[in-house]
Amino acid sequence: MRFCAASDQALLVYVGEEVGLPAHQRVLKLLRSLQAKPPAWLRNLQPAYCSLLVTFDPCLVDHSAVQATVHDSERRTDTGRSIKPKTVEIPVCYGDEFGPDLEIVASAHRLSRTEVIQLHCSQTYHSYFLGFAPGFAYLGDVPPEIDTPRLEVPRKVVPAGSVAIAGRQTAVYPFSMPGGWRLLGRTPLALFRSDRKPMQLVSIGDYARFRPISRDEFLKWESR
Amino acid sequence: MTSLVVETPGLLTTVQDLGRIGFGPAGVSPSGAADPIALRLGNLLLGNPPDAAALEMTLLGGAFFFPDGGAIAVTGADFAPTASGRPIEMWTSHTIAPGTTLKFASTRNYARCYLAVAGGIRVPLFLGSASTHLVSGLGGFEGRALRKGDILQIGEAQKKISERRLSQVALYSLKPRKKLRATDGPQTDKFPEDVKLSFFRTVFRVSEESNRLGIRLEGAHLLASVAVEMITEGVTWGAVQITPSGQPIILGVEQQTTGGYPKIANVIGADLHRLGQLRPRDEFRFERIPLAVARSLWIEQERLLNNPSQLFVV
Repeated sequence: MRFCAASDQALLVYVGEEVGLPAHQRVLKLLRSLQAKPPAWLRNLQPAYCSLLVTFDPCLVDHSAVQATVHDSERRTDTGRSIKPKTVEIPVCYGDEFGPDLEIVASAHRLSRTEVIQLHCSQTYHSYFLGFAPGFAYLGDVPPEIDTPRLEVPRKVVPAGSVAIAGRQTAVYPFSMPGGWRLLGRTPLALFRSDRKPMQLVSIGDYARFRPISRDEFLKWESR
Repeated sequence: MTSLVVETPGLLTTVQDLGRIGFGPAGVSPSGAADPIALRLGNLLLGNPPDAAALEMTLLGGAFFFPDGGAIAVTGADFAPTASGRPIEMWTSHTIAPGTTLKFASTRNYARCYLAVAGGIRVPLFLGSASTHLVSGLGGFEGRALRKGDILQIGEAQKKISERRLSQVALYSLKPRKKLRATDGPQTDKFPEDVKLSFFRTVFRVSEESNRLGIRLEGAHLLASVAVEMITEGVTWGAVQITPSGQPIILGVEQQTTGGYPKIANVIGADLHRLGQLRPRDEFRFERIPLAVARSLWIEQERLLNNPSQLFVV
């Protein structure tokens, strides 16, 4: 484990240096363990690929005290209730105005548009964590054949439901918002709804698959 | 229950409190008032709980009609507030008569002005908070900025509101500064020494494209050539990210919860409220301070905020 102060009231706990399931399992275990017995000073927990950001009340503790508690939690075996992961299928209308970067991704890898879609739909993705925005699940791993870096200059507005890739990650934008990922298509599903339980469609530790749908199917779905 | 009516909304007016804490695992950031200290003081002046909901106005204020009157306090930036045409003092509690219209103009100094009402603004809570999260359209009044004609409910006020004002000591110690103090960020060590030096020397200018999510800075694109590889991780309010084009972005109160850009610095907790008061075209520098100093500045500030005898004069 490696620790680093993120701010005067937050500590970053790194449990690995490489994106993958081993680091994810350690993040998940640490998250569940701290959630099962939250200390009084704990303000927020933000899991990511290889790290957990622990935000605390600096009037009650300092970084070294938080570090000690995190160490203890990691050693604890009673990590609270186990949560069963689910698999979510996400229908996607690929290309054209829904996926303005599909063509660029295809030509960058000398693939056809269809091949890019097939590759994107070929995996059962793991939900590493939710971050960036409410309900935004970081899914991996995207096949290396379509690994594409994010945009140099992020778009000011990415429409809600946009299905995108960046490196070996893929995700769906839950809301219309700025973003730097490459847009391949769009889903009619709502990724986050405050009147649903849980509010997010995909939680940390869940699985997700993408399935291509036609423009007609997309429109039909949306009008429901 | 009493209410207020939005006659004109101003540029961007939202319902805010001190945010929703602890929903990181669902990707939900705390949000809340961009200048939480102004909001807290507005509430304390009125005998409200410090985290009661109030209105946050941005650069240009609105006009609000109080059919039943009430008690109010105006804090934060000076938007030249008037009550039925007469100027009213800021940082002071006022009782207003039924039929009063509170009117705000454009800012005379900073970015955000707060209108607190005795009893607080009542809206349905989302994850325990009244804060408007603009990006997701959740919380606040219908998840959006206020519009002309909106009617907002006001909660039950404390029995008696005695007039009190903020002390000069408190006003002075909380006012915006020319320098934002910052501690090292998680990737500070990965930036070359000369880049760090010039980062702390540069006078940055706040870009027009700044909002509650983040403050984009203009200045020397000194970091364009530096490629710092990192894995996406949790980010904090006040984190200073450097984009691949070399532009610094300070994460705001309605921040994304994770990010993949390296962070060269982090604005200290005790200066976060000042971030919320930066206007487009404002200029400032960062001042690098040690973590332990940042923590004691926060503790000192909290001590002041929790000490009514130092905060207020009656």
